[in-house]
Amino acid sequence: MKSRKPFYAFVAVLIIVGVALIGYRTYEDGIPLSPKEKHVVWDLEATVSFNAQNKPVLVSLTRPEHQSGFEVVSEAGASPGYGLSLIDNQDWLRAQWSKREATGPQRLYYRVLVSESNHDLIEADSAPPTPSDAIWEEPQRTVAEQLLAEAWDRSADAHSFTLELLKLLNDQQQNQNARLLLSESMRSKAEVAVQLLNHANIPARVVSILSLEDGRRRQPLQQLIKVWQDNDAEIFDPNTGQMGLPENTLLWGNYGHPILEVVGGVNSQVTFSIIRRTEPLHGATTQLFTPNVLSFSIGSLPLAEQAMFKTLLLIPIGALVVVFLRILIGVKTSGTFMPVLIALAFMETTLVTGLVGFILIVGVGLFFRSYLTQLNLLLVARISAVILMVIAIITLFSLLSYQLGLTEGLKITFFPMIILAWTIERMSILWEEEGPRDVLTQGGGSLMVAIVAYACMSNDLIQHLTFNFLGLQLVIMALILLMGSYTGYRLLELYRFKPLANSISEQ
Amino acid sequence: MIRKYWERYKKLRNSGVLGINCRNVHYIGTYNPRCHFPNVDDKLKTKLLAAEYNVNSPELIAVIDTQHDIQSLSEKVANFPGFVIKPSKGSGGKGIMLLEQHTPGHFQKLNGQAMEESTVRLHVSNILSGLYSLGGKPDVAVIESLIQADPVFEDFSYEGVPDMRIVTFMGFPVMAMIRLPTAASDGKANLHQGAVGVGLDIGTGRAIGGVQFDRPISHHPDTNNALTDLIVPHWDRVLDLAARCCEMSGLGYIGVDIVLDRRLGPMLLELNARPGLAIQTANAEGILPRLRNIEALGKVNFTTERRIAYSKKYFSRFPESDSDVIHYPVSPDSVTSEL
Repeated sequence: MKSRKPFYAFVAVLIIVGVALIGYRTYEDGIPLSPKEKHVVWDLEATVSFNAQNKPVLVSLTRPEHQSGFEVVSEAGASPGYGLSLIDNQDWLRAQWSKREATGPQRLYYRVLVSESNHDLIEADSAPPTPSDAIWEEPQRTVAEQLLAEAWDRSADAHSFTLELLKLLNDQQQNQNARLLLSESMRSKAEVAVQLLNHANIPARVVSILSLEDGRRRQPLQQLIKVWQDNDAEIFDPNTGQMGLPENTLLWGNYGHPILEVVGGVNSQVTFSIIRRTEPLHGATTQLFTPNVLSFSIGSLPLAEQAMFKTLLLIPIGALVVVFLRILIGVKTSGTFMPVLIALAFMETTLVTGLVGFILIVGVGLFFRSYLTQLNLLLVARISAVILMVIAIITLFSLLSYQLGLTEGLKITFFPMIILAWTIERMSILWEEEGPRDVLTQGGGSLMVAIVAYACMSNDLIQHLTFNFLGLQLVIMALILLMGSYTGYRLLELYRFKPLANSISEQ
Repeated sequence: MIRKYWERYKKLRNSGVLGINCRNVHYIGTYNPRCHFPNVDDKLKTKLLAAEYNVNSPELIAVIDTQHDIQSLSEKVANFPGFVIKPSKGSGGKGIMLLEQHTPGHFQKLNGQAMEESTVRLHVSNILSGLYSLGGKPDVAVIESLIQADPVFEDFSYEGVPDMRIVTFMGFPVMAMIRLPTAASDGKANLHQGAVGVGLDIGTGRAIGGVQFDRPISHHPDTNNALTDLIVPHWDRVLDLAARCCEMSGLGYIGVDIVLDRRLGPMLLELNARPGLAIQTANAEGILPRLRNIEALGKVNFTTERRIAYSKKYFSRFPESDSDVIHYPVSPDSVTSEL
């Protein structure tokens, strides 16, 4: 037997280095070990993309400002070869990129740290804007006036008028006028609504918001409308008619200026990546501008990649759970790491929806798969058929649940289909060979492992630790190596060998 | 609760019960080189090796490896009253078809149900295209003669044929059991499905005690005969067959499955590179002390006869039957020094 000393030394080195890195991050960079001492900071990155046309390029992107609930901590832009200036004009905060000549696809980045704060800010633009003169051509003009007259009759003031108007606009099935206005114009519903309100001489404008959800990539801005009644402004969602600013949203462009203006380019587009951090305000500020090599933080990556890493770095936790439950406990699962993938899907769907969805798909899949058995197909063809079947089931459930008004059901599409197909295939073979009891043990085992993995991976503390401390990965590696060399009994073996232990002691 | 489990943990460890983790790391991982796995996973390869090493196994009638060859199927089996068609790389007993033909060209299952020749051909065709094989890879069909089960075990089995499992380590038979089909296991000799496992004494081939679903039982649940009455005949030949399988397969830690044929005696059915742990429950004894005993021998170059004698000497439960055993010095160390 070879000496295990080098192995244990290696494991010890992994743990020491890992812990040292964690310590460095805590003491030098001031990252708290527990998310409870958090100061929530949203790290937002706007990616502007467009096709330059061999002409001088001038790009303006609206920047967010201090507002109730949020404080802009720091800003930065990245764009090789471009001149960049952050223009602090009183009524239009914007970032402006310029270049003499550019061709082909271009990408510009603007990144801002926004911290959650409690103090309310008095809105700078309490004064209503003067309604702009909306010019409608026939037949839109008549149609618009009919709509306005209808809403006018049913309302008392500017805000109730807005609500009635939005109801009409959203009722396109019944209301021919609304349908005509929205389909004829190139503009969004919010813009049409604002134009209508202005036509009725009510001050209103479009405001854009970013809904803050951790780990999102390629998010667009949403348009809401702001309507004044004397000096009292209220925000409406043009799609639902809901009043007020939704929770966790950041106003991005409050003054009616275009969010993005590109001169010298076509097909311009801006999307946002969002990450929620729990760093001290001070640490976050320094980090944005001077990435520290020793910190080994993914904070130095572009935000879109960081959002991806946030999930990626959780997978070792799932693997650790699988290793623990299989080697130390002895839980049987179908497919070694299938439970981790299911747990990842649960993170998107939430637990209960995910569980119900999973059991539904696999159950129905097994039922149909039993028919495929009779056809005596070759493996590759059979799996492919099962994949199609899974997609059909998912489509069917999505449609059904949507018709029934259960939007939760739509989340079923987050499940990895190929994995589901293999799960169904394995379970079905297991059923034929060993009977339904084994299907239940293995299926139940897989689900149990998936639930435990989900519980760990969705835990706030664990998410905080894996994302902020890369050193933790080394410690996980060391733990997995240690468990891999465990040669003692599994917990379930102790149960299984109970009769053996009894008969040994009788002898 | 935790204390109870910890007590049991210590008891199992002290009596040398082998667990899955330890088996995988210390025995399969250390003594079974990956490159020799095909010797046991590919049944055709096992068969050819068995012929080469003079290990008794059911006669190979034919190998069908192309769809075209299926045409000549009935020609090839014409002279055999019973035969088995199996996929060479099948797993878990899938795709195995047992057939008899009392008049040439008329096949029937063992229960007398007639089989169309076209059905048999379709079956072979499915085997070739990998329907029953690991990963669905293309395979070959092996046709071998049907074993005529020795009637000695008729009192102890329900329908199917019992088979013996002998765990062999470095060429030493270490622990043995016989698996008896029951109604619960649907006539299959599969412990997992409810067959009875009966531990066999390495020295004599006599039954030690039985288990079903890992629980001890004393009588066969269907025939109600006391399991301790069971004695395996031709035991020395069984041990000899098992002991020679290590050299043949190139694997150090294997499970050898053996069936008794009415006329030809012990026959190698197949080898298993990952033998399970239920054999310990059937023997009511941990296997580790025996494995360690052999590991302590170090590298020795015993003949098959000496290895068997060694196993009989040290691993037997019934010392009174030692009379017909060749005597060797008592401790393993002195055995080595004798060389």
